[in-house]
Amino acid sequence: MRVRVEQTALPGIGMRHDLVTESGHRLGVVSHRNGRRDLVLYDPDDPDSCQADIPLTDDEAEALADILGASLMLGQLSGLREQAAGLLTEQIAIPAGSKYVNRRLGDTKARTRTSASIVAVLRRGEVIVSPDPTFRFDAGDVVVVVGTRQGLDGVSEILADSDPDG
Amino acid sequence: MHETTTLLIEVGALLFLLGLLGRLGRRIGLSPIPLYLLAGLVFGHGGVLPLAASEEFFAVGAEIGVILLLVMLGLEYSAGELVGNLRSAAPAGLIDGVLNALPGAAFALLLGWNWVAAVVLAGITWVSSSGVIAKVLADLGRLGNRETPVVLSVLVIEDLAMALYLPLLTAVLAGTGLLGGGIALAVAVGTVLLVLVVAIRYGHLISSALSAKDPEALLLGVLGLTLLVAGVAAKLQVSAAVGAFLVGIALSGPVAHHATEMLSPLRDLFAAVFFLFFGLVTDPRDIPPVLLPALGLAVVTMGTKTLTGYLAARRVGIKEPGRWRAGLALVPRGEFSIVIAGLAVAAGSVEPRLAALATAYVLITVVTGPMLARLPDFAWFKQWLRQRAARQRMEAAVTATTD
Repeated sequence: MRVRVEQTALPGIGMRHDLVTESGHRLGVVSHRNGRRDLVLYDPDDPDSCQADIPLTDDEAEALADILGASLMLGQLSGLREQAAGLLTEQIAIPAGSKYVNRRLGDTKARTRTSASIVAVLRRGEVIVSPDPTFRFDAGDVVVVVGTRQGLDGVSEILADSDPDG
Repeated sequence: MHETTTLLIEVGALLFLLGLLGRLGRRIGLSPIPLYLLAGLVFGHGGVLPLAASEEFFAVGAEIGVILLLVMLGLEYSAGELVGNLRSAAPAGLIDGVLNALPGAAFALLLGWNWVAAVVLAGITWVSSSGVIAKVLADLGRLGNRETPVVLSVLVIEDLAMALYLPLLTAVLAGTGLLGGGIALAVAVGTVLLVLVVAIRYGHLISSALSAKDPEALLLGVLGLTLLVAGVAAKLQVSAAVGAFLVGIALSGPVAHHATEMLSPLRDLFAAVFFLFFGLVTDPRDIPPVLLPALGLAVVTMGTKTLTGYLAARRVGIKEPGRWRAGLALVPRGEFSIVIAGLAVAAGSVEPRLAALATAYVLITVVTGPMLARLPDFAWFKQWLRQRAARQRMEAAVTATTD
């Protein structure tokens, strides 16, 4: 992590983490012992005091972390879908009988054949962003594809292609 | 049978009243402590409507209240936090002790009271109320503020200091003399250090003996252990309160977490009983003559507390507004001051007016303290700070040019 996060113990309450953003704002999180978390934003005129103190429940904190974290990628893609006409995203599951189960992403030659790109793979609740050609598929993986309608259908067909040996 | 019926009616009516008062307090943004004390004054000796049948019940309840207040305080901290905090916050704690304990002691001597009363009053003016302050900080949304760790560490040091002060006070009140007092202090210091070491090294073993999974067993286990240790500590003249505090420190992890959740309602009940009881045994007719001295003492020690917080915050590089916030936040005195006064009154060897003075003093600081804590948020206060800073800059510039 290139950002310096300061950690301060709050005896009897919990822990505070804070950081200064590149734009000069200080923001932090107060983690209470009982699991409650407060998002705090510091006052630019008086950097010792917080301007806002926003209590977050577990679910809200998790949702916020998700938004700020990896799945932001997916969020941006769905925004893109609305902006650029003709460009679509789709989530395609790899069926158990697919011949690409346990084979590398590069082997599908999906981009060359359909000009649609595989931008992420969802595996057991985790997001793998920008998998490289050596990435190995598993049955049950869901790939996120960006492309034209035709391209998406093409990738769908390639991945559904069942293993002749299996 | 008749006695028990009266007891039920009195206890029930008083608890119900406390419930209403607590609700009223929250409505107007006031800590319930002063309201409970006032209720005690009204229904106690010499009050408007003295109640007699339930006094014994409230006496025992008050005892348990002190023990629960202290064990919960201990549960809030881990031994590591206490010790880790000690080195960095010790200077602030020292300033705190000197600036706030000495005025109390001097005041008692000024009133012509004996030195035992001076030791008691020193404690009463020294300790801020952790409970009230933590609540005020949360209410004002200041938990994230950068001066807040300073305020909290002063409170931690005070709590640790109490672990040494209370046994000493117990010895002084028992009148064991210089040698006895010295031995009592040595025993106290030894016990506290031993418990801290054991808690850091083997705290997890003590905690694992009490399973966090079975709520009933945990409640009975923790409560039983606390009362037992508190009782043994009292027998050894180390003060029951300190014994309870140390049990709280020794417990850690999920056991401490669950115990906090389960003991909180009990603590709320018995702590209310404790404040009520202190009011009950204080004769309100004693208060008017000590009202002026109490007011004077309150003004002086609220000033010294503000200075304490200001200096402590300045030490760690907090800017001017934050220093004022830290200082004014520390003003309220509360449960500990009453605990100390309660010990003194129970021992019966000090100036009888002390209880009245302590009540008036705590009433004043605990009501005005949370209001004073809001001062730095007002626009005119910020304006005043800005003008002050501008004037200081100008003066500095003037001296620089004349040099």
